[in-house]
Amino acid sequence: MIYAHDSLIVQTLSRFIIPLIQLFGFYVLFFGQYGPGGGFVGGVIIGTSLIFGVLVFGLDPSRSAMVNRVLHGDGLGLLIFAGVGGLCLIGGGEFLNYADLQIPGMELATRRYFGILLTQIGVATDVAVTAISIVMSLSLTEKNEEPNGPNH
Amino acid sequence: MDEGALMNFLANVSLLLLLIMTAAGAVLVKDLIGAVLILGSYSFFLALTWAWLGAVDVAFTEAVVGAGLATVFFLLTLFLTVPREKQGQLPRVQWPVFVGLPLLGALLLFVATDLPEFGDPASPPNTHISPVYLENSLKDTETPNVVASVLMDYRSFDTLIETVVIFTSGIAAALLLWRKKS
Repeated sequence: MIYAHDSLIVQTLSRFIIPLIQLFGFYVLFFGQYGPGGGFVGGVIIGTSLIFGVLVFGLDPSRSAMVNRVLHGDGLGLLIFAGVGGLCLIGGGEFLNYADLQIPGMELATRRYFGILLTQIGVATDVAVTAISIVMSLSLTEKNEEPNGPNH
Repeated sequence: MDEGALMNFLANVSLLLLLIMTAAGAVLVKDLIGAVLILGSYSFFLALTWAWLGAVDVAFTEAVVGAGLATVFFLLTLFLTVPREKQGQLPRVQWPVFVGLPLLGALLLFVATDLPEFGDPASPPNTHISPVYLENSLKDTETPNVVASVLMDYRSFDTLIETVVIFTSGIAAALLLWRKKS
């Protein structure tokens, strides 16, 4: 398990900093079509803010119900990405060709813009949840005190 | 050599020296936490190099993943083990290494003279398909950032499989580390 940081300064400051990091992550995610950034980087920043929270406020995997559920969220981002690709198949389109998304009243180029945005959200979800799930997996292992290395 | 080219050369050389020094430091330092932090600074200098070459997206990813996320993962893993490299016998360097490695390096340097000059507009990567993306990205997808449109639209199959790789890493970590309480 990961123990909470015992400094009040760190805890109070991180209450301000973590939302700022998440705001920046969402900015990078949604600004990725106009500047550097995008789904992967935005997802990593959001995931890092979650890890920051875990490191500061601690995590007891035996008490937290989220630990068991986070693995289910692991596939959610992939499902969004592949699901958008699958939606393009409706109406005889090609897989992952966003111009075939059946959205009435939308130009072809706007459909592709929309498809890029949706898939970037999928990638960001996948990366963020995977980052926090790896940290939760690590927190499940207790520190091995044996000096001669792991014995199991 | 005029002043701008000299500055460019000096910046390139100093970045390269910093990269080599941090990479060697990460390998040589015995204290593993120090090695992880040096590796993070190596990623930072690599990100600076990418930004210097004009690949801002790659620089951003390298800075966030290499200097941020990977460092946190390494540190969390180190907290579960002994943060000190074991004293072991270094393997003896055999004599073919001193002959083979310089030969290989000379061969690589010889071949590198055939590579197109950096930024050459007539080089194959700049004439084959990149102009198609650059000209059509805004018209086709309303996305000014060509990197985003190439990654998520023109080459979205690659990105889908990369997302599968990330998913697999999360699942693999869970499979290796989750144990039922005995």
